[in-house]
Formats: sequence, C-alpha cells, structure tokens
Amino acid sequence: MQTFDLEAQGLRNLNAALQAQSTETNQTAWEIVNARGSHAIAVGLDAPIEVNVKGSTGYYCAGMNKQATVHVHGSAGPGVAENMMSGTVIIEGDASQYAGATANGGTLIIKGNASSRCGISMKGVDIIVHGNVGHMSAFMAQSGNLVVCGDAGDALGDSIYEARLFVRGSVKSLGADCIEKEMRPEHIEILKELLERGGCDAKPEEFKRYGSARKLYNFNIDNAY
Amino acid sequence: MKDDHKGAPRTVPIQSATFSNPTNAEIRRAAATGIYDIRGGGSKRKVPHFDDLLFLGASISRYALEGYREKCDTKVTLGTRFAKKPIELDIPVTIAGMSFGALSGPAKEALGRGASMAGTSTTTGDGGMTEEERGHSSKLVYQVLPSRYGMNPDDLRRCDAIEVVVGQGAKPGGGGMLLGQKISDRVAQMRNLPKGIDQRSACRHPDWTGPDDLEIKIMELREITAWEKPIYVKIGGTRPYFDTMLAIKAGADVVVLDGMQGGTAATQDVFIEHVGLPIIACIGEAVRALQDMDLHREVQLIVSGGIRGGADVAKALALGADAVAIGTAAMIALGDNDPRWESEYNALGTTAGAYDDWHEGKDPAGITTQDPELMKRFDPIAGGRHLNNFLKVMTLEAQTIARACGHNHLHNLEPEDLVSLTMEAAAMAKIPLAGTKWYPGMPGSSY
Repeated sequence: MQTFDLEAQGLRNLNAALQAQSTETNQTAWEIVNARGSHAIAVGLDAPIEVNVKGSTGYYCAGMNKQATVHVHGSAGPGVAENMMSGTVIIEGDASQYAGATANGGTLIIKGNASSRCGISMKGVDIIVHGNVGHMSAFMAQSGNLVVCGDAGDALGDSIYEARLFVRGSVKSLGADCIEKEMRPEHIEILKELLERGGCDAKPEEFKRYGSARKLYNFNIDNAY
Repeated sequence: MKDDHKGAPRTVPIQSATFSNPTNAEIRRAAATGIYDIRGGGSKRKVPHFDDLLFLGASISRYALEGYREKCDTKVTLGTRFAKKPIELDIPVTIAGMSFGALSGPAKEALGRGASMAGTSTTTGDGGMTEEERGHSSKLVYQVLPSRYGMNPDDLRRCDAIEVVVGQGAKPGGGGMLLGQKISDRVAQMRNLPKGIDQRSACRHPDWTGPDDLEIKIMELREITAWEKPIYVKIGGTRPYFDTMLAIKAGADVVVLDGMQGGTAATQDVFIEHVGLPIIACIGEAVRALQDMDLHREVQLIVSGGIRGGADVAKALALGADAVAIGTAAMIALGDNDPRWESEYNALGTTAGAYDDWHEGKDPAGITTQDPELMKRFDPIAGGRHLNNFLKVMTLEAQTIARACGHNHLHNLEPEDLVSLTMEAAAMAKIPLAGTKWYPGMPGSSY
C-alpha cells in the first residue's frame, strides 16, 4: 500500500506518480490522505490500480479514468469520472453536478445522491446511483445505463439518444423525447447485473425503464407541396 | 415598356430594398418547408472588414526594408505562459478546427499535409481525431468541444496543443448540427451514435458553466497531460474584451478569437447572419484586455474569420494578434467551390462560389462529404500541395507589406501602420480615418 499525503506532497506529484504506473505495476494499492476537497485528484490514470481517497474531493476526481478503480471515502465535487473510458469509480457519499459526464465506459457507483445533470451526454458508461438524481440527468445521453434507486428530478433524459434509464422511485418530469418504455425480460437481466455490480439492495422488477422516443432524431420537415 | 396610358409617363417597377428577391425567396422557402435554412460557411453579408483598412507604408518618416532581400521573420511561438512545451510555428497562419464528419478523411489529411509542409499547425474538430489527421500533421491542436464526440485521454496526450472551444464566430452561443446524410458508419462509430440521425452538438460544455469552473477544467486538462501542452481557449466574437479577460483569468495560454465571417459546417442562416461581430471589431478589444492584464504577447492571440490572403494576415497582426487561423480559405485552396464543377453545382441549384450546403454531403469537390464516390474526386496529396502553396503566398504577401512598413518581423507591424477607409472601420478597429488623426470614440476627442 502506497500512502500519499496530498497536502504535504502536492497534486502534481500525486497525479504524476499515479499516471506513471504501468499495466504491470506491482504498486497496485494507493491511499490518498488529506484530500480536503482538492480538484483533479487521480485524473488521467491508465493502469489497473486501486486508489482510495480518504475524504471528499473537489471537481473532476478520476476524470478520464482508464482501468483504475478510484474509491472516494467521502463525497465528490462536480464532474466526477467525467469522460471515463474504463475502470470503476465508487463514491461513498454524494456526488455534485455532472457526475459521469460524457463517460465512454466503466462503472460509476454513487452510494448517496447525485445532483443535476448526472450522466449528461454519457457515451457508454454504467452509472448506478443508490439515492436520487437531480434535474436534467441523462441530458443528451447517448449510450450506456443510468440506474437510479431513488427519485429523478425534472426533465429526465431530455434529448436522449440510445442510453437506458432505470428509475425505481418517482420521476418529476421527463425531458423532450424521453418516454417510459416496456421493461422486457432482457432489461430485467441487464438491470439485475447492474444492481449486483453496484451493490444495490433492490429488485429489478421495482424499476421502470425510460428511453428515447426517437422523434427528434431527424428534422420534421413539411414537404407536403 | 408597353404604353397603356395613352402616352402619359408612368412609374417603372421597383424592387423593395426591404422585401428583396432573396428575402422573398426565403419567405417562400420557409412557408413551403416549415424549417429554417441550414447552411455552412460564414456571414455572406457585407460587413466592415480588413478591406476597410490600408497600410501607410514607408516614405521619409519611415525607413523601408528591401522587399526581397532583407530579413523579415515570420516565426511565432504559442503557449509560452504555462505550457512546458510551447508550439513553435514557422508562419503565423494556422489551420482552424474543422471536424472529421463535416470534412472527409482525405480532406483532413490534406489539411495536415499542407500545414506541415508550411511549418504550421492544423486543428481537429467535433468528432475526434483521425489517424490520417494525426499522421499527417506535424503539429496538431486537439479541440475539447461541448459534445465531446470522440474525446479520449489517449488523443489528449498525443496532441501538440489543446483548444477548449467555448464558441465560434459563425454562431456564438449556438451549437452545431451534423445532418444524417453525412453520418457514415465511421462517423457514427467515432461519435457513439446511431448511423443516419441528425447529430446535435451542444452549445454548452457538459461539465463546467462559468469562468471559475473553466479555470478548474483547464487545470484538470493540464494535470492529465503533465502541464506540457499549450491550452487555447476559443471564443466567438461577441464581447471580446470581457471574454478575453475571462479566458486569461481561467488560465489560457492562447486565446483564439473568431469573428462572424468565420465558417461553420452547418447551422441556421439566421444565426450566421445576425449573431456576433465582424472580426475587425474584436481584435482591438481583445488586445486591450491583454494589455490591461499586462499579458499582451505573453498570452498569444490567434484571430480568425474571413482571413483571405497576406494583406489580411498583416492587418490582423498590425492590430495586435500573434497569429491567424484560416478555415474557409483553406477549403477553397483545397478545391472547394471550384468553377470546374460548375455544372454539378448547377444541378444542386447553386453555382461555384455560392455553394454552402456542406451539411448535405453532396459536395461535388469531394471535400465536405462522406460519400465514397465523391471522396474519390479529391486527392489529398495534391490538396496538401495546394494548401502549402497558398500558405506560402499568404506569408510572402504579409512579409512584403511588413518590409514596406519597415519591419523585420511580422510581429513588429503595429496599429500606427494602418489607416481606415471608412468611418465604420475607424470606429470598430479604433484606427484613424485616412487623412485624419481621429476615429469615432477616440479618448479625449471632442467630436
């Protein structure tokens, strides 16, 4: 276990050390202490290492992550795991705005609530939220899965493309072109696996599925005459 | 005219200046289709531009340099503020961001070839970085756009500079659109969206909102790339003084400022023609912001939007820019809108020089298309050579003017070398009207 005191050693040294780890590294376990809400902790990683952050983080923790597991033992500021490509990010507390924004792959698990725009423009990531998500979540969501064990705020899935949204609680309102869809057996199977991966104590049958009506996919042009 | 009034004089038909034929045609088109006009390119209306400025040249009060013999340097270094590895260019003319998707792969390759031969940089665009573009560009600027289509950390690390795009001159405050006709399998795969749908590019970034957030975003990008890459911030010409100041405050190494004449792959005509400022109204304000922060030349300024030749380059630099970027002119150099395709332009209901339906993917020149058959018409090697030639001519022209003004580096061109031909240009560029020492709004001026 490598322990890194962020306050004493500084952000640049931390990220340089983590980014220097190769796929074959034997320094696979890292602990970061004195995080104190710093921004850009553990960004741009590209190795199968596990990073445990003790405390809460600022903006963009685990941004553009590949392969690594980043575990925040606290809450996360805006843009956690933004544009993640692969790996796993786990937030023990709450996540602020834009959690998992534009992420292409990997798994983001938020054990508390997520604020607005969770999963905005998501491009393949799986996001599993134990609590609620705020307004405009999954805005322009392209692909991947967003699981919400609690409630969703206004305008869920506005202008959504092909992402799947699973919500157990209430949805305050659906955004443009987002509709409730039939929960078929294959969706139950997908959701079951996601809930297991996210460590959620919930049954797939309790959820509703939402997705795109695909009515905004092309301009509606009147060529009647 | 037929006389049906028994020889009495009568009026002749007069077309309304307000309801002109093009205006009426647009009303009829809108009534028939129910959709606003979408097109490519930049503003087509006549606005105050570099043509409204003149150089004074040397005489007794200024000493000229010999036009062909004496040294007139053209090199520029971008990213000297924070980046460990600034970009060094041989010429102050760069290639602006244009997306793979809007342009074909071979067209992007040609831009890389031409720019590399000329010793300058090219820029990605919405849709990510292609191998042909990276492979043929010795210096490649990677755009971070609101859509983040194709965005990934590997490309971020293999670029030479990063450009955070906040806006562009053709549509400040607006997003983009790539219509389904151009969404080939490859484009769809790179953007992670279904083939054939109309793809929206968002107008706002998904993970930051204001300048304080942008500062943190830039810090994240620096942390991911070990503080090596210059970070540009691109803004559309709207409030250039404040936007430049905020971009600098957020940590930009380079500010890229794009006027309303700058092109786009596709957006609403109403947006292109009615939102944003001409570039000559922007440069002076951006320079004033840099000077007020005591960072002029330390944070570099690249300007774009209607740059067509060496005179425009020289004028932009004289107003205080460090470099320019070209988009539309580069496409024309590659062969876009070439009269040799006139019959095919006619078949599309247009003519060479006016073709702007780049979003439809039917470009006879094979540049703004993903159609495999049309793409075959475009030779990226010849295109690259033509672009290099054009960049060389632009540079020679700018050097000619600089020497005539007595300068041994293009960056020594200064506002005092210029005069304005019109009141509008004088007011916008803050360059005195020819034959006077005055421009409208001049501090201390009583008239």
